[in-house]
Amino acid sequence: MRLINRHPSRPLKWLLGFLPFVIIVMVYIGASHQRLAENPNDKLLPGISKMVTSMERLAFEPSKRSGDYLFWQDTLSSLQRLAMGVGISALIGLVIGLINGAIPLVRANLSPLITAIALVPPMAILPILFIIFGLGEVSKVVLIIIGIAPFIIRDMQARTLEIPAEQLIKAQTLTANTWQILLRVLLPQILPRLLDTVRLSLGAAWIFLIAAEAIAATDGLGYRIFLVRRYLSMDVILPYVVWITFLAFLIDWLLRIISQRLYPWYHSQKAVQGQTT
Amino acid sequence: MSFITIHNVWKNYGQTPVLENIHKEVEQGSFITLVGASGCGKSTFLKMLLGIEKPSKGNIILEDEPLKAEPDGERGIVFQRYSVFPHLTVQENILIALEFQKKPLIARMFGSSKQQALQKVNALIERVGLTHAMNHYPHELSGGMQQRLAIAQALIANPKVLLLDEPFGALDPGIRNDMHELVKELWQQDQLTIFMVTHDLKEAFSLGSRLWVFDKVRHDPHAPQNYGSQITYDLELSTDVDDSEQIAIAEEIKSTLHIDQSEAVIA
Ligand SMILES: Nc1ncnc2c1ncn2[C@@H]1O[C@H](COP(=O)(O)OP(=O)(O)OP(=O)(O)O)[C@@H](O)[C@H]1O
Ligand SMILES: [Mg+2]
Repeated sequence: MRLINRHPSRPLKWLLGFLPFVIIVMVYIGASHQRLAENPNDKLLPGISKMVTSMERLAFEPSKRSGDYLFWQDTLSSLQRLAMGVGISALIGLVIGLINGAIPLVRANLSPLITAIALVPPMAILPILFIIFGLGEVSKVVLIIIGIAPFIIRDMQARTLEIPAEQLIKAQTLTANTWQILLRVLLPQILPRLLDTVRLSLGAAWIFLIAAEAIAATDGLGYRIFLVRRYLSMDVILPYVVWITFLAFLIDWLLRIISQRLYPWYHSQKAVQGQTT
Repeated sequence: MSFITIHNVWKNYGQTPVLENIHKEVEQGSFITLVGASGCGKSTFLKMLLGIEKPSKGNIILEDEPLKAEPDGERGIVFQRYSVFPHLTVQENILIALEFQKKPLIARMFGSSKQQALQKVNALIERVGLTHAMNHYPHELSGGMQQRLAIAQALIANPKVLLLDEPFGALDPGIRNDMHELVKELWQQDQLTIFMVTHDLKEAFSLGSRLWVFDKVRHDPHAPQNYGSQITYDLELSTDVDDSEQIAIAEEIKSTLHIDQSEAVIA
């Protein structure tokens, strides 16, 4: 049988998927052992047990200075900022993108501006945000918004324009006015696409979040990583990176499940298109 | 005055003429089938009736008023595909028309007004034979069922004119016959005026009360794009016309149409 026609069975698929992770962990443990054997004080590749004790301290012992459980405090702060930034961006993107896509007069008016804003490198205006909004929470949230909202707006506009003209014509023959078409024809069809777009923009959102936390914050996952970097604490940095990756995976997975639950018609439509094109 | 008057209509896309000098009057309750070679402008003609394309010259009068330049409830449409809303169930797809009519702001009905509307909706669903699939989404329906839904959807708004652009082109012959029965029945019950584009000459003859053939009259062999199509045949069809006579006319039409082999097989 040709290679392109050979599909793994379900257990084999899991096994094949897991294998690279196992290998990476094994290689790491091997390399760490070797370095620690040469120099027990080596900080670059700490052993698993060292990481566990460091994380236990951060997660289960209150901090001496503030009394907080730092690991959970960091996670909560970062997730709050991320949720605010992504949530507000999604809302802005949905409203402006939908109206832009649906109404040519608005599109003519706003599209060039949004294209221009999307081209501004968000990190370059981070200092401006700090000057305007101070070093508090607002700057970090606004950085995420500036970073991903233009992308979501543009994507929502494109998705709105993709909805077949036949449906808009049909709605008009059923006496719908513009508002009704927005509300009942376009909006519900755009929502599952918004979830897709948000999933795509989460990677960028994390980048902006960690960058902002690295520069000005008093807690947060990005803050902690950049703080302990001074002491070369790889035993904290590495678990934090794994944790961030896991959170990113979890959020993506949740959004996918929510979308499949709420919009079964959208996913089977996509499946059919995937088969025919 | 006739119900619809098509007054000296020409249509160009840019420099390219598509339709020339269409001049027709249509009585209310007519069922006009439109045939012609691919690309001769049949869909363009329907789009002008629908109000999404404007004639380059001439005008169309519906009941003594110039046709509105955007779609409205007077003219219903069924396209070949993409006609129904994929995010709504069969029932919701039809109910939404009543919600548009009655609820300008929220476009949704609740409670007793919804129950009342649903009675009308369900009766129509029954008429097109979709009762068992009432709560299914369009992607769960076969092509024929989707088209029946599209027809029901177009009918609930009580249009005066129903435009059908190759509505059954994608269906297999058995289902097509069912659909013919359905459309004929709806036409006779509802006093609709129907325009239907088809590539199937048999369908065109058996279904309509009047048949129009679109074809190019003038030809420039070096630049075939130079001229648009006109209506070259305008036949009254009556059911008691002898079959052989109709077949003879059909043969004549087939030979004048620039239908290539593959399409001739379909027709
Ligand atoms: N929006 C448009 N802009 C430019 N040319 C167009 C446009 N729409 C249609 N045409 C041209 O007009 C001609 C008629 O198109 P139309 O879709 O009306 O043909 P048709 O008779 O419906 O063909 P078919 O049987 O294949 O559906 C074609 O040559 C097409 O290329
Ligand atoms: Mg066509």
